[in-house]
Amino acid sequence: MTTQTAQAPAKAASTNVRRNGTFTRRWWREVSWRYLVALVMIVICVLPLLYVISASLNPGGSLVGSNRLFRTVSGENFADLEARGFWTWLGNSLVVCTVTAIGTVLMGAAAAYAFSRFRFKGREKGLTGLLLAQMFPQTLAFVAIFLLLLTLKDVFPALGLDSLLGLIFVYLGGALGVNTFLMYGFFNTVPRELDEAAKMDGATHGQIYWTIILRMVTPILAVVGLLSFISSFGDFLIAKVVLQRADNWTVAVGLYSLAADERTAPWGLFAAGAVIAAVPVVLLFMFLQKYIVGGLTAGSVKG
Amino acid sequence: MSQQTIVHDSEHAPPEPPPGDERPVRGDSSPARDFSKGFLVKLVLVGLIDAIALYGILTAIAVEQWAIVGFLVLALVAVNWAYFSRRTLAAKYLLPGLVFLLVYVIFTACYTAYVAFTNYGDGHNSTKDDAISAILAQNEQRVEGSQAYPLTILTDSDGDLAFAIVRDGQALVGTQDDPLAPADDATVESDKVTALPEHEVLGFAAVAQRQQEIVDLRVPVSDDAADGSLRTQDAATGYIFESVMEYDPAADTMTNTQTGVVYRPNDQGQFAAEDGSTIAPGWRVNVGFDNFTRAFSDERLRTAFVEIFLWTFAFALLSVLTTFVLGLFLAVVFNDPRVRARKLLRALMILPYAIPAFISALVWKGMLNTGSGFLNQVLLGGAEIPWLTDPWLAKLSVIGVNLWLGFPYMFIVCTGALQSIPGEVYESARMDGAKPWRIMRSITLPLLMVSVAPLLVASFAFNFNNFALIYMLTGGGPNFVGTPVVVGHTDILISMVYSVAFESGLKQYGFASALSILIFIMVGAISWWGFRRTRRLEEL
Repeated sequence: MTTQTAQAPAKAASTNVRRNGTFTRRWWREVSWRYLVALVMIVICVLPLLYVISASLNPGGSLVGSNRLFRTVSGENFADLEARGFWTWLGNSLVVCTVTAIGTVLMGAAAAYAFSRFRFKGREKGLTGLLLAQMFPQTLAFVAIFLLLLTLKDVFPALGLDSLLGLIFVYLGGALGVNTFLMYGFFNTVPRELDEAAKMDGATHGQIYWTIILRMVTPILAVVGLLSFISSFGDFLIAKVVLQRADNWTVAVGLYSLAADERTAPWGLFAAGAVIAAVPVVLLFMFLQKYIVGGLTAGSVKG
Repeated sequence: MSQQTIVHDSEHAPPEPPPGDERPVRGDSSPARDFSKGFLVKLVLVGLIDAIALYGILTAIAVEQWAIVGFLVLALVAVNWAYFSRRTLAAKYLLPGLVFLLVYVIFTACYTAYVAFTNYGDGHNSTKDDAISAILAQNEQRVEGSQAYPLTILTDSDGDLAFAIVRDGQALVGTQDDPLAPADDATVESDKVTALPEHEVLGFAAVAQRQQEIVDLRVPVSDDAADGSLRTQDAATGYIFESVMEYDPAADTMTNTQTGVVYRPNDQGQFAAEDGSTIAPGWRVNVGFDNFTRAFSDERLRTAFVEIFLWTFAFALLSVLTTFVLGLFLAVVFNDPRVRARKLLRALMILPYAIPAFISALVWKGMLNTGSGFLNQVLLGGAEIPWLTDPWLAKLSVIGVNLWLGFPYMFIVCTGALQSIPGEVYESARMDGAKPWRIMRSITLPLLMVSVAPLLVASFAFNFNNFALIYMLTGGGPNFVGTPVVVGHTDILISMVYSVAFESGLKQYGFASALSILIFIMVGAISWWGFRRTRRLEEL
């Protein structure tokens, strides 16, 4: 932590000069309890995770049977997931989230490029409008989304209810959103001189966009894509409203169906599915931590 | 952006000319003259979109969805204009995202507002014409003394059931959706159809198997519902059924020809008799502000709604408050450089936030189960505490689980904010003799709030609509008794919307949409006030 300049001198003084009783007593008084807090918090954070991992390894586990942690360890639940259609759900989630992520990046980046590089009529208003459009989150409009897709089913069955493509399109409605602002800010940091130079050399706006700007901002594109992936992966409400048949469900809807009634729920199976679904997201999250906070700072919220 | 229209020699510019090559400025060259690879890709893509849109327009015309026709025509024009005009540079980049935004965000928002003023829902699903047809069809009876037709039951190429009869020497075939129509290629033996191309005659076993379906099947005689339908009761003989209801378009009344009762349309979108009895189904009408006032005017709903309303605010506020206090506390505690392995500690404490919320909520639901949950059975040694089934404990559990889910976020945010406060500030405060608590209150907190306050507002708005947590953890329960919609003590407004729209037996899209609009207004107003106070919008 580089910005701890305030306390750094104090630390230097205590470690280098006064290696004696005063220091030890002071350590006990001022530092030791912090480890205690850490211990308590980590137990609280990790215990539910250990519990679900243990339950996932407990064959044929009901809720009661899962209470003794790591009593039996077997991969049976993981093998049984197939019969429940879990892998179909995971596949659906991966398809939906990947396509959504790619679409979000492409459309969001294009819009950010337009806002960043072109000075057109209504640009300022467009930016404000984009911000205002975020005021009515899609979660609030789920009834209207349902009715819209119900009607669309008659015209484009592939975009109607109970269709993965239909769900993807709904998610893509959010492509021009917070992410666009994130990219817009980033695009503005790419010097305009680069564009000018390329234009001088005869590049079209398309060539500048695809071969210069996008190359320069690849990291932010990856981040936006992964953020979009995580957020659509975690969406439950809209997926539940749009998808109806079990083989079309995403992981969120499917796992909910497994755990819906906790007395009769195949708890071990649910736990196994939860572990498989959570691990990649957790890894992705840890990897993206600082950007996620950045994205949140820009106003988005993980859902 | 200036439009450069200086078109220079016809030859195609190399994508990456050697450095120092001083070529004249050259912008979008005319696509007609410049068949580059990019242009061909564009041509194919736009052509594809045009084809899909044209297909959509034709289908939408066929099913009479005029709004979709209108939208597709506009979209078609916009796409072609944007991509083939040279004057629409920004539109080329904005259009794709804009179309999605328009349909799936802006339209759905406006449509929510529109539906909020109608009685759209079960029993009022469609237009008046559809309702009249449905009423006529649902009140059919066999015409007394009418002719009996030997019936042939068929399935068409899609497996749908069809009826075939012979009337006046003419073979007629129809299905549920296609009224009876002459079938000249049918094979007729002694007044009964025995074969029909592309159809399969159902044998005795198949008929027995689909008995119920066959008895329920109603094949309209013509496109006009008043003409009645062909039905069967024994799967062997068909009779013409006609409606006991009669619609008079001139007077706009529905008359029951058996009882003589006359029904007139009322302003609730239903045919009603003088004694107040109505016929289902009704149709969609504008009901003004009924949906908005319903939560207060319906006595069975009022108490529940008020509790849900207050609880939503309490939940959102407490969620922000608890997560922020704990997150800030941890951030301060672990901002001390004397604590070792801070990175590892932080990573472990962020875990709850990294897991998708729906998974955590479901896991907690299991752990908090009264009879067999981990918390009661193991940690509390077999206690029987109704964590999720007692109204107040369930509220506490919801707040607690949300604290578990949400504190890491505040922890990260506060840690970041703390580290961005320059050290000199602390030093000078200490020089001035300020005690740690005083430094915290007068320096750290105010500086921290500058960057964190907008996030608290956003967090409030998010938790106000935290559907997944409530739905997964308690399902809104424990439920209220005697309310006309299924809602419970931990339901927040958004989960009440879901329940009203989909899970309360009768689907009431209008009422649900009105509640959505109420939420929008409240969250919008609070966020606007909050962001104004934090001056966030002005940064743009």
